[in-house]
Amino acid sequence: MTLLTIENLSKRFSSGGRAVAAVSDVSLTLEPGETLGLVGASGSGKSTLARILMRLLPADTGLIQFEGEDWLTLSGAELRRRRARMQMVFQDVLGAFNPRATVASVLDDPLRIHAIVPKAERPREIAVLLDRVGLPASYAERSIREVSGGQRQRIAIARAIATKPSLIVLDEAVSALDVSIRGKILELLVELQEERGISYLFVSHDLAVLRAVSHRIAVMETGRLVETGPMRQVIENPQSSAAKALVSAVPRLVTEPTEGPSHDV
Amino acid sequence: MRLLRDLVRTQEGAIGLGVLVTLVLIALLAPVLSPGDPLRIAGRALLSPFSDPAFPLGTDRLGRDVLAGVLHGTRTSLAVGLAAALAAIAIGLCVGLTAGFAGGLIDEGLMRVVDAFQIVPSFLLALAFVSVIGASVPVVVLAIALGAWADPARLTRAQVLSIRERDYVASARVIGMHPAEIAFREILPNALPPVLALSAIIVAAAILTEAALSFLGLGDPNVVTWGSMIAEGRNILRSSPSLSIFPGIALVVTVVGVYLFSEGLTKALGGRRLEP
Amino acid sequence: MSTLCEIRGLSVTYHGQTVPALNQIDLDIVAGERLAIIGESGSGKSTLARAMAGLLPVGAKLAGEMRWSSGQPPLPGRDLGFVFQDPSSSLNPVLTIGEQVAEGARRHLGLSWKSAYGSALKMLERVRIPQPDKAMMTFPHQLSGGQRQRVAIAAALAAKPGILIADEATSALDMVVQAEIVSLLDELVREAGMTLIFITHDIALASGFADRVAIFKDGRLVEIGPTGHVLSSPKEPYTKMLIASHRDLTTPPLIREAAP
Repeated sequence: MTLLTIENLSKRFSSGGRAVAAVSDVSLTLEPGETLGLVGASGSGKSTLARILMRLLPADTGLIQFEGEDWLTLSGAELRRRRARMQMVFQDVLGAFNPRATVASVLDDPLRIHAIVPKAERPREIAVLLDRVGLPASYAERSIREVSGGQRQRIAIARAIATKPSLIVLDEAVSALDVSIRGKILELLVELQEERGISYLFVSHDLAVLRAVSHRIAVMETGRLVETGPMRQVIENPQSSAAKALVSAVPRLVTEPTEGPSHDV
Repeated sequence: MRLLRDLVRTQEGAIGLGVLVTLVLIALLAPVLSPGDPLRIAGRALLSPFSDPAFPLGTDRLGRDVLAGVLHGTRTSLAVGLAAALAAIAIGLCVGLTAGFAGGLIDEGLMRVVDAFQIVPSFLLALAFVSVIGASVPVVVLAIALGAWADPARLTRAQVLSIRERDYVASARVIGMHPAEIAFREILPNALPPVLALSAIIVAAAILTEAALSFLGLGDPNVVTWGSMIAEGRNILRSSPSLSIFPGIALVVTVVGVYLFSEGLTKALGGRRLEP
Repeated sequence: MSTLCEIRGLSVTYHGQTVPALNQIDLDIVAGERLAIIGESGSGKSTLARAMAGLLPVGAKLAGEMRWSSGQPPLPGRDLGFVFQDPSSSLNPVLTIGEQVAEGARRHLGLSWKSAYGSALKMLERVRIPQPDKAMMTFPHQLSGGQRQRVAIAAALAAKPGILIADEATSALDMVVQAEIVSLLDELVREAGMTLIFITHDIALASGFADRVAIFKDGRLVEIGPTGHVLSSPKEPYTKMLIASHRDLTTPPLIREAAP
């Protein structure tokens, strides 16, 4: 059964008196255990789409079916309860945490709110979560400011899997990380997917990152979905001008001495 | 505790804290340092200062001890200043939080009320309030608070508006946290520091307003205040200036102490936010 | 090729820090070269850029030497242009684009406002701002991130400096705009025969156009050499690791590709 269906979703922002279409008439689907890479230049509306999906922003029109439910009509306590099934990892590894939080309090919140385990077992569950994302249990006592960027993103992933979701939205989840850490976080995400059958909607402007983890890729440009297809098809044979520009913009590692730039834009 | 350490590390903070601690001690120990009613007639009228060891700062026209007045006046000034500032901050926080969270028409409505209070000079407001209702300590406190709550309300609202757009508030919503918990656990503690820094300035302003009201004879007549002592001495300023000078010095020291404390607090809070 | 700047034993320690941000750097900068400084966060690459431009914050302790061939350190704005990562904070929000670009030429080349405006217009054309005459009158917030970075480059080059330092100048931009800005920088530097110091965390981005690369880690210079040389036969394990962690469109994916 299809996990997520988005139909004809639109959202306009008014900016200085005129309405700007941030997302217009977007439809897409996501299967269980699948990663859909959502790619686009800045201002293409991909982050707005992710935030509408997370119910952080209201949509103007359109329909979202998630796990067979009308996701956009849920509200109040019912919405909060159902949020356990759809989680998110943010780009800003510092901004995504309350500056006063400790690692333990970050992971305790979802366990407490959704009563995932009884209160007495929460510290043990926190240790299990930390271990799952490759951090020692002793990190629980640390303040969130004391851990590095890559470790913070691991904690963000631990927070996201704490409620046993079926879908995680990854909003530029590795863009702020050093390249040496980026690969390890991507590997962790793929491992978790294989182990738990989680679906990912991976939002990024970097096709090289999406190529590593996506089964399918959807390309957005000025609020519209201009191309969707299997990962290899979109990258090796892009059809839309937006996809072509994104493919040619990925820096290639040039190992021979060269004359002139490798970018012909 | 760490805040206190950071505070003492700044020069302003250390001096301000020293002055305030001394003043609070004086206020608390006033009945011990100078027992009895400071308004009672204690000796000969108009003794000049440093002439009689029983009355180090002399006596006023009615023979009341000036030192006793200054010491007991510390109580009134600090109590009225702190209570008024506390009330102003409490009202400001409530209004600012409500406006920032509710948004829409409620926000519009509340902010127009804030505008109205910011347009009217706060001293005039206090003056009118006390003249109509009558002078007693609680009324004076309320009158001062009424003129001072608008600034913290505006600041709190601005803080809430900025913090509620942060990713960590979005994270809290995503994990299904209740809006009330988001407001009080995620937003409020992070919105407080600048409001706290402002509160010291409100205390200083409240102390001055209280003194000004008393000076105009609108303070509580049953308690001794620095303002009423200065007013008392004003009539014989040429022959006995000390009657106005001593409570005046006390007022200046207090206000400067509060300002230094606030300056140190701002620096200490600022330094903490800069840490990675 | 003459040496523009000899850096010897350069160390920088920021105020209140015990660990130096840069530790005993020896580096020669050749006039007219395009040198890429590559490193991850905390490598000291931006500290080096700021030390060369004389833009270190107050209280930073500097040890060692920078010997410039001209005999004195270059004056930022006149002899040296600096492009920051975030164009929205390096441009002044209350001045028009025209004023900001003209300012450098007026102050350092002694032009009148009128001829400085003329040269600013030419600069905006060269960085390919669409409708440059209209853009002169706009404010930074009216432009997109990519356009703002073009303006920042125009402003940095207004006084025709001999050196351009680009400190992560493309990191805040999306991939498509990044590629455009990189090729623009490359072209401008080539035309004017400027020395370009390009600070980046992206080894592949640098590999496309730099003459030499210098790899930094934890405040130290790990490896330096001609780009092709370092990338095809890296000597240091850290350089090898950086090259191995690079992903582009030829790297094998991490997922099993048969759709679920």
